[in-house]
Amino acid sequence: MNLLYSLAGMAVLVLVVSVGVETAGLYRLFGVVLPYAAVAVFVSGIVYRVLKWAAVPVPFHIPTTCGQQKSLPWIKANNLESPYNSLGVVARMALEVLAFRSLFRNTKVDLRSEEQRIVYGNSKYLWLAALAFHYSFLVVLVRHLRFFTEPVPFVIGILQDLDGFFQIGVPTVYLTGVVLAAALAYLLLRRLADPKVRYISLPADYFALLLLLGIALSGILMRYFVKVDIVKVKELVMGLLRFEPSVPAGIGLIFYIHLFLVCALIAYFPFSKLVHMAGVFLSPTRNLTNTSRMRRHVNPWNYPVKVHTYEEWEDEFRDKMKAAGLPVERE
Amino acid sequence: MTMSEKALRPEEVLRIEYTPPRKGWMDQPLHMKKGTFCYSGGAKYLEYLGLPNPREWQPTDEDWKLPKNWKEIILEGMKDRLGKFRSFKLFMDICVRCGACADKCHFFIGSGDPKNMPVLRAELLRSVYRRYFTTAGRLFGRLAGARDLTEEVIKEWFYYFYQCTECRRCSVYCPYGIDTCEITMMARELLNLIGCNINWVIEPAGKCFRTGNHLGIEPHAFKDSIEFAADEASEITGVKIEPSINRKGAEILFVTPSADYFGSPHYYTLLGYLMLFHEIGLDYTWSAYASEGGNFGLFNSHEMLKRLNAKIYAEAKRLGVKWILGGECGHMWRVIHQYMDTLNGPADFLEVPVSPITGTRFENAASTKMVHICEFTSDLIKNNKIKLDPSRNDHWRVTFHDSCNPARAMGFFEEPRFVIKNVCNNFFEMPENTIREHTFCCGSGSGLGTDENLEARMRGGLPRANAVKYVHEKHGVNLLTCICAIDKATLPPLMEFWVPGVEVGGIHELVANALVMEGERERTVDVRGEPLLKAKEGSGNV
Repeated sequence: MNLLYSLAGMAVLVLVVSVGVETAGLYRLFGVVLPYAAVAVFVSGIVYRVLKWAAVPVPFHIPTTCGQQKSLPWIKANNLESPYNSLGVVARMALEVLAFRSLFRNTKVDLRSEEQRIVYGNSKYLWLAALAFHYSFLVVLVRHLRFFTEPVPFVIGILQDLDGFFQIGVPTVYLTGVVLAAALAYLLLRRLADPKVRYISLPADYFALLLLLGIALSGILMRYFVKVDIVKVKELVMGLLRFEPSVPAGIGLIFYIHLFLVCALIAYFPFSKLVHMAGVFLSPTRNLTNTSRMRRHVNPWNYPVKVHTYEEWEDEFRDKMKAAGLPVERE
Repeated sequence: MTMSEKALRPEEVLRIEYTPPRKGWMDQPLHMKKGTFCYSGGAKYLEYLGLPNPREWQPTDEDWKLPKNWKEIILEGMKDRLGKFRSFKLFMDICVRCGACADKCHFFIGSGDPKNMPVLRAELLRSVYRRYFTTAGRLFGRLAGARDLTEEVIKEWFYYFYQCTECRRCSVYCPYGIDTCEITMMARELLNLIGCNINWVIEPAGKCFRTGNHLGIEPHAFKDSIEFAADEASEITGVKIEPSINRKGAEILFVTPSADYFGSPHYYTLLGYLMLFHEIGLDYTWSAYASEGGNFGLFNSHEMLKRLNAKIYAEAKRLGVKWILGGECGHMWRVIHQYMDTLNGPADFLEVPVSPITGTRFENAASTKMVHICEFTSDLIKNNKIKLDPSRNDHWRVTFHDSCNPARAMGFFEEPRFVIKNVCNNFFEMPENTIREHTFCCGSGSGLGTDENLEARMRGGLPRANAVKYVHEKHGVNLLTCICAIDKATLPPLMEFWVPGVEVGGIHELVANALVMEGERERTVDVRGEPLLKAKEGSGNV
């Protein structure tokens, strides 16, 4: 059901852009206004979210420790999983952000009722698919710089050559495009096929995947099947970048669909779960050192509380204490 | 262990269905199954502590007698906390529901209840957050994963946030480090604002506030307990042991959970402390005022945490000690390590802890000035300051349960293992996915270790027990050691249910057996009065 809502949402998006471009001829809206607006929303949205999080204090020093603490000098401390200095924190965060360290730990529980045994099998597919998705998306994004630069930097040419290394088909198939679509398809199918994950999935979870999949597929269609005039596309993009927007005629609907979905994604980004990209850096269970007893952590809103003082305590028990021979402050 | 009329059977409990129902979770009515929830907090303790809405009620009642403006209180409370705890705000926002945490929770593994998946436990709260604190939730409601706050939701929160032991295992696997413990702590604080708490937390907190310890032991009885234990330790060893209490001018204040001097098998660990401190001639004192290391305030609210914890530094200051040494305990060490200094510090009236025996400076405790007994003892052993005869533990085949808090909130893995390996000859690790940072909770932590909750505890403890069963069958393990007072109280019934034949003990119980004391009499029995293996063999030959 939640998937259907998301599919409906996608259908509306595609319909809007198709009608808008083909029937109403709103090229300027879809080619200029919305891209500018989406970028503005994206940038201000992310800044807003991060500032909002950063404005909330971290009252307690609560890293999740996944390795040996630094204590006695002859016990080997684990600076990666239980960092004791900033370098350790940077390394831990880098592993988390660049290699999805925690996801790599994933296991799958298997209850063997007859043997009365529970085993925890390795389960790396989620990690693999997540890594494949994020990195292929990154490469695809970087590859797109050839539409944004004139002359196209040398490295992007190399990247393109590497990506099309196997030189299959005309035009050459980019591996990352295929990997991107495949990883997204896996993540979507996993969401549907694993009953637990399906149970926790919200419409927004499907929507993010469908939107990304829509972008990938429209891009693939455009490159290999429904060709568009690349020169004109670049003219449009460069115009946007120079703030001298002009919309060349005859680019083709598929491009506008692709562009509109990208606009939808980046405008949606700051207000959806996709902000995890920025949020992970602020996670207090990951970005703090495990030096809680070494250095004092200050809570900016620490306030005095009602305590039961020693004097009050002794007042209540003084007679019993004296009878038992315990020392007292006041006779 | 008190079992209900219809006793639970392991085979029945093991019939667990991990596939959730077809109907969405928001449409699943709450079913509070007998044996899987805790009774309400007693009004008299709420009153004593000055907590809101003291009244007679039970979770099974139709009417929970909430204050008239309960909804306002909860939403105000959420708003307040979203502005005070970055963890809370962030963890409400960034979950992508990837499901990596789903089968990491011991309560989910043992029950199959989908709302025990950490992600869904958090969604119980997150759905309300979305509805009242996000634009999408306000506009699109359910389509955006939002739902109204109703009394049903409060009941669901109560049931599931008191079915989380704040063990942090899920946070190890979360790609963003989302810690359900933080979310449960927030939910419990919110529930507390309208008087929905459980007695197993509130009663110990109330007693602790008054007497200084969870069990409500008054100072004269505290003295009796410690002296009784010292007499018994003297009898076992033949060495006169005389501890002091509330003694000003001692070098070190020793603080341990009250269960150590009142519970079994904790008691044997207490004997170990007394014997060890005597043997090395430690200048230390107990305190009848700070007679509790544990802190059930942690399971109630950050404020209660601070109120109960305050007495440790206050007492250290009054007695004029140099630093503080802490006994074996799990959540106590979460508090000492990650909260005490922030809440009640700075402890600038104390000195950086230095072992008077070895001269080792505990730099890792330079600010908080409190050292874990296993850090202290492993330093003694490493420096050859105590004489040990590990063969006196040969009747034990030992495994070690990493308690959640020392493991995942301290990174406390090698110190206890170093001590164990030096005081016994037969040590076997449980499977690697069940120890260290992957360790499984006893199923009864965070104030859930009460009898009415027994089925939940046996289910939640299943993953831990199952790993013990593995080493019990493979290596003949017969002693499960741990450094947590809640573990020591709740693992014995868990073992009795899942793995009969395995006892539970503390590390310093093994130290007590192995410690060769000056002038001691020959030991033929261990601190439990069980014959040593050597003695047993000897008698067999006669």
